[in-house]
Amino acid sequence: MQNIKNSMVLVQHELRQERTALVVFTAAVSFLLAVCIFIFPEMKGGMDDMSGLFASMGSFTEAFGMDRVNFGTFLGFYAVECGNILGLGGALFAALCAVSSLAKEEREHTAEFLLTHPISRKRVVAGKLAAVVLEVLVFNLCVYGISVVSIALCGEEIAWREVTLLHTAYLLLQVEIAGICFGISAFLRRKTAGVGLGIAVSFYFLHLIANLSEKAEFLRYITPFSYADGVDIVVDVRLDVGLVLCGMLYCIVGVGAAFVWYGRKDIA
Amino acid sequence: MNAVFAKTGDGAVDAIKLSGLTKSYGKARGIKGLGLCVAQGEFFGFIGPNGAGKSTTIRTLLGLLKPDAGTAEIFGKDVRTRREDILEEVGYLPSEALFYPGMRVREVIAFSAKLRGKDCAQEAEKLCARLGLDTAKKVRELSFGNRRKLGIVCALQHMPRLCILDEPTSGLDPLMQREFFEILKERNAAGATVFLSSHILSEVQQYCSRAAVIREGSIIVCERVKALAKTSAKRVHIRGKVDVSGLLDVRDLRQEGREVSFLYGGEIGALLAALCGQEIEDLAVAEPDLEEIFMHYYQEGAYAEH
Repeated sequence: MQNIKNSMVLVQHELRQERTALVVFTAAVSFLLAVCIFIFPEMKGGMDDMSGLFASMGSFTEAFGMDRVNFGTFLGFYAVECGNILGLGGALFAALCAVSSLAKEEREHTAEFLLTHPISRKRVVAGKLAAVVLEVLVFNLCVYGISVVSIALCGEEIAWREVTLLHTAYLLLQVEIAGICFGISAFLRRKTAGVGLGIAVSFYFLHLIANLSEKAEFLRYITPFSYADGVDIVVDVRLDVGLVLCGMLYCIVGVGAAFVWYGRKDIA
Repeated sequence: MNAVFAKTGDGAVDAIKLSGLTKSYGKARGIKGLGLCVAQGEFFGFIGPNGAGKSTTIRTLLGLLKPDAGTAEIFGKDVRTRREDILEEVGYLPSEALFYPGMRVREVIAFSAKLRGKDCAQEAEKLCARLGLDTAKKVRELSFGNRRKLGIVCALQHMPRLCILDEPTSGLDPLMQREFFEILKERNAAGATVFLSSHILSEVQQYCSRAAVIREGSIIVCERVKALAKTSAKRVHIRGKVDVSGLLDVRDLRQEGREVSFLYGGEIGALLAALCGQEIEDLAVAEPDLEEIFMHYYQEGAYAEH
């Protein structure tokens, strides 16, 4: 019982420590999404011409999947814009959140304080993991809520199934990246932000490369952006379960590595 | 292996028991085959220069570092398997107490108490009042000394049975040092064991009943503090024209003009007899400083195995 209380205390502590980052990222991504949604009615008129232009930009078009959706419809527009803003913004948030979670205690020399309390390292890892997952959930719930309200306010019809599937995919993407970065966090002592940014951005570009060349198809099994491709989701109205399971496997491996390594590492 | 087991008194379980404890840590840092027993209720000093292995020993004892070999027990419990049970009864003040910079002092104290699952508010309030710690301040606003005070409150507020303090007085002004040692004396009188790591010999001499000297990762002596001081060599300064070549147990002989200084480990009577009749303007026999005591024990070599 005391162990569970300890973990809860740690989760609360972590959430309090990370609240500024959570508020800033949530506000920034929500604001950008809302702006995109609100400018769509004005852009809609000229979109027919724009769609033709977007669909004829060669590799650029393929990379962003703009040859498969009509950019002139709200859903097509939202799938591409959402992919870029929520996809990249959410990935950066999840990566930065998770990659510093364990490492920051050693970087800021607070590990000695925390780990000399009667709480096992497994509980510390579990508490911090729970906090990261909660942060990702809160971030996504807020962004989802603000997006839906914005869509309603600008007078567009809400395609609930597609929009919810899109946001679910980005939630899974963030959970996967968070799991991988959390595992890496257990091995790091100092510079963490660069590693987190690098991982998130690399996954994003791997996805663009995978869209460009059939030879790079295998990359779809590496980057979580492959199952969170907005265009695929609104066209197929489903998630690729195989790719999702593959991603969740990477996530579990990352989390498992964190438990194993953090439990035995020397704390500097 | 350098095993120094001292008497532990009434046969009760030792507060601390290290046996063959070895840890390599970083470049040329670590501890080698450390053996040590601290009885319950002792006020024990752990002396050594910076880099001797004091902090490594403590951090291994607290489970922050995994030992390469040997065992470490606190109240009879192995630190590798019973870490959480042990930490419930231990209060630890690290040599560099660092906390979450965005938190207020009272939040850090409350967080520490919550992690222990205890309501320590009353004791924390008393300690803060005695140490003059402002609980409304943010950690990032605290001076080094005030951070130290916060560390002391977190280490002592839950009334631990064993206090492990690593260089506790650095950063504290003399008045606060005195108050801090008063608190420790009270805790010790109430039955708590105090394990004090320090490179300041005077505070160990003043407060500890027994002490161990560590150098280059090995314990070179573990004795009652009075005996430790007694076995130390003396630093002898002489102004005049003297010849000490006939004296035994002379080390670190320095001579500049008419000033002669050396570390003498023999009988004082023999020293006086050798100096008698020589041309001496001034003579001073002083307690050696800590470095000289280390040198003494280091050169004695096998003392610990006696």
